[in-house]
Amino acid sequence: MKLLQCPMNGTRPISEFVFGGELRAMPNPETSTDKEWAAYVHNRNGAPGLKKEWWYHGPSGTWFIAERNTLTEEVLRTYLFGQETAA
Amino acid sequence: MSNRIGKKPGEWINREATLRFSYEGKDFTAYEGDTISSALWAAGEKVLGRSFKYHRPRGVLSSANHDVNVMLTDGIDTNMRGDVIAVRDGMKLEAVNTIGGVKADRNRFIDSISPLLPVGFYYKAFHTPRRFFPFWENIIRKAAGLGIVNFNFPRVVKRKSNTHCDVLVIGTGPAGLMAALVAADAGLEVTLADENQHAGGSLTYDRAGASEAASKLSELMGRVKTHQNISLHTASYAAGYYTDHLIPIVGENGITKVRAKAVIVATGVFEQPPVFRYNDLPGVMLGSSAQRLIHRYAVKPFHSGIVVTANNHGYRVALDLLQAGVKVSALIDMRALGEASVLAEDVLGKGVVVHKGCCVYEALPSKGQMGVAGAVICTYDEVANQANPSNSFTLECDGIAMSAGWAPAAALLYQAGTQMRYDGTTQQFVPAKLPSGVFAAGKVNGVFSLEQRLQDGARAANEVLRYLGKNALEVSVDRYVGSSPSHAYPIVPHPKAKNFVDFDEDIQLKDFVNAAQEGFDNIELMKRFTTVGMGPSQGKHSNMNAIRILAKIRGLPVEKIGTTTARPFFHPTPIGHLAGRGFHPHRLTPMHAWHEAAGAEFTEVGAWLRAAYYHKPNLSKQEVIQEEALAVRQSVGIIDGGSLGKFEVQGADAAEFLERFYAGKFASQAVGETRYALMLDESGVVVDDGVVSRLAEDVFYITVSTSNAAAVYREMQRWLQIWKLQIGLINVTGAYGLINVTGPNARVVVGKVTKLSLADSDLPCGGIRETEIAGVAVRLVRVGFVSNLAYEIHVPAGNALHVWNALMTAGESHGIRPFGTDAQRLLRLEMGNHLVGHDTDGLTNPYEIGAEWALGMDKPFFVGQRSLKIIAKRPAKKRLVHFMLEAGFSGEMPFECNLVMKQDEIKGRVTSISFSRSVNRVIGFAYVDPADVNPGAKFHIRTDSGSMVEATVVKAPFVQLERGE
Repeated sequence: MKLLQCPMNGTRPISEFVFGGELRAMPNPETSTDKEWAAYVHNRNGAPGLKKEWWYHGPSGTWFIAERNTLTEEVLRTYLFGQETAA
Repeated sequence: MSNRIGKKPGEWINREATLRFSYEGKDFTAYEGDTISSALWAAGEKVLGRSFKYHRPRGVLSSANHDVNVMLTDGIDTNMRGDVIAVRDGMKLEAVNTIGGVKADRNRFIDSISPLLPVGFYYKAFHTPRRFFPFWENIIRKAAGLGIVNFNFPRVVKRKSNTHCDVLVIGTGPAGLMAALVAADAGLEVTLADENQHAGGSLTYDRAGASEAASKLSELMGRVKTHQNISLHTASYAAGYYTDHLIPIVGENGITKVRAKAVIVATGVFEQPPVFRYNDLPGVMLGSSAQRLIHRYAVKPFHSGIVVTANNHGYRVALDLLQAGVKVSALIDMRALGEASVLAEDVLGKGVVVHKGCCVYEALPSKGQMGVAGAVICTYDEVANQANPSNSFTLECDGIAMSAGWAPAAALLYQAGTQMRYDGTTQQFVPAKLPSGVFAAGKVNGVFSLEQRLQDGARAANEVLRYLGKNALEVSVDRYVGSSPSHAYPIVPHPKAKNFVDFDEDIQLKDFVNAAQEGFDNIELMKRFTTVGMGPSQGKHSNMNAIRILAKIRGLPVEKIGTTTARPFFHPTPIGHLAGRGFHPHRLTPMHAWHEAAGAEFTEVGAWLRAAYYHKPNLSKQEVIQEEALAVRQSVGIIDGGSLGKFEVQGADAAEFLERFYAGKFASQAVGETRYALMLDESGVVVDDGVVSRLAEDVFYITVSTSNAAAVYREMQRWLQIWKLQIGLINVTGAYGLINVTGPNARVVVGKVTKLSLADSDLPCGGIRETEIAGVAVRLVRVGFVSNLAYEIHVPAGNALHVWNALMTAGESHGIRPFGTDAQRLLRLEMGNHLVGHDTDGLTNPYEIGAEWALGMDKPFFVGQRSLKIIAKRPAKKRLVHFMLEAGFSGEMPFECNLVMKQDEIKGRVTSISFSRSVNRVIGFAYVDPADVNPGAKFHIRTDSGSMVEATVVKAPFVQLERGE
């Protein structure tokens, strides 16, 4: 079973985590066109590679960001949302 | 006739302990430590099993834990592998897969009709005409399979344990032992595992008639056994490789899940049989099998035999045979040049005749093919792969030892994602690129001499140290010199076939040629068409030859053919090892024991167990549900809603948070007021709904549906991080019990236990008050989900049962009746209230369920709002309506998910449907064409059988609202 490092609780088995999808910037709802908004809501980039993803550690209720290479299944680093530079 | 010989140094048997057992009705003795196969072979038994397909007699082949032709049953257990399972006193064993015993097996005739049963025969012969297939399938299923499962198998709980270590070393040959010692000396915690009863790998049997291996073994084991950093597990096989170095080690009594920081795979090699006619007769065995019988069990493999070889290992085998007192009448070397090392001089010096450039053209069977009577030897052109039977002679013998090469035991390496390459020096697949933290050492790494394997173990251990950031040495391993350990193509064609490649599945050389002719000339296709490697040993002795044969057929180098995918498990693993206790905890409400005592039938809702209904004598489930619902309509009912998700949001930004998270408006909400809360996702799909209560300017209390509670809370936490608002968010689901008292007499009953005025003017529908009930502080909410007069009482969980009991007492004179989730569903349906997740699906938007009123579209922002602005511009595709069937409907009852049809077009589906005693009609919800939503409109539901039922759209609620008093 895969292991994942929670920035608050250390290395834990993957069964304790919930995947929260790719971290993507929301376009401005006021200024974006319908097409831009629909692309944001519905389209996902499935190409393998380095992704920033939301992950949730269930037992402690911690959301964090994991930088994961979806081709090699390597997690490069994890950090709390907004603390990328401190990580 | 006993084949037991004098004591061998390091033998695995205990001659002090004699065990008695029976095989096929005949009594035998064994020593403690004997496997079933070794004990029978020692007693001179040669037919230990029948082959899977042709029911040919078979003896030992490898003695390497994958002799799947020798599988036995003791009446309780089945498919017990003879070369693995130790004899226990009193065992009564029989071979599986026979009718009438292993010697007189009535299915042995199948061998004589084998030319009628080529590979692919089943696929071609039985699939047409289709109507006969069930008949053939029945026969094929009976013929296939091996042992028969005893369904009265006693329940034995196998333990599961976990262990953690710095490095897991798999395999205890010289490379594995050295790797473990070097790692342990450097301070690493080492787990060392081996599938065999005793550690040592090839040192325990491959001795070439000399003492070097035995003394090296005792030297290494002396250090391993006393090393405090090494934990040794024998009789325990590494069953598979799972991500991040999780490896289950399966022993007799259970599985140990090992989580290691690094893994050294030192699993060695499997000896591969040369292929010649009748290479499957009892008495024809791999050279290493003969060595295992001699050195581990002190059993003579045969009395007067020959060795056929295509590498130097055959010479080592010959020396071991000679030392054990076996007459070796000839050594047949398939290589034109033979062997040039000192081993050859040694063998020749002991008077063994060596025939270079020759092969065994065929083994000669004794009577009934129960053993070997001799061998036909002829010259062999190893380049052209041609035997020349015109130039042949016959040798009498009672056994043949075969040594032609090896295949890496690389299953775990493959599973871990290792890229392998074919090495021309050793004619073997070896690791080319290993995954991070996985290392290989020893023969599996293509390293063969004893000195080099010890070096390779030390090298691997140092690489682990470097990987773990410790000080490490550069250890180099000498290059391999000498003849190749494996022959490139040790396969002898024969016009009459029966030259077996796969002993599990009875696959002969010609079967591969046929498969290729049929077009199955890719290794994965060939595997599936011929079933090579699909037997219980999973190709441990056949896949390598299959690859070589396919390469030859296609005229390609071996590395272009590739290998089939290796999957767990490495050995057949009894299902009892995998079965375990269900770790599936349920959450229980504070009143759970009360419900049990009241005869509740429970149902799973999310993580919770809730009462579905309460059994009543002589009443069916449906009758009980109608009665419970009727009690609510006529007087008063009580339900435990403790499983609802309950959250508190506090702080200056609490209202702002809810404004953004939910579709409705909360900034304008008054203290003491509750509001409906509709949760959407970013695409505008309805995800959940609940109730938001404002307890103070900056304190909100939220209830959400049971099954979505965890996901809703998770989303709240995530948006909170993104929005960075000043709030505290607390999940109080388990901290509060929830009791709902409902029905026309609810006000009277609740009024008896609280001082709060329950008058409409003081507590209107949608109001919440903090008050006391039966002396306990509670939050009291006036709700209207299942009837228009209902009180929801939120009470600290520890006091919930006290309040429940007080309400039951207060309601006694009004016939208060507990009801479960089934009646609740019917009651909310009668009220015309949809259930998110039941009447909606993963695409439903708020307009389709008529929830426009719950949308604060003029707010600056809420999750899903931008998408709704797009959706609102488009014509609706369907709308949820309330419907009734005609009075006294007695046709075929439609079910949930039956389609709503308009002519031949699907317009929607039924999402809820039930008979209601209060309404005396079948009522429900359905999605229909947006043109047909007005009361009185008719639509059609297609039932399971295809008949059409007419339904009429009506206005909710279905029931007359009670006024209360």
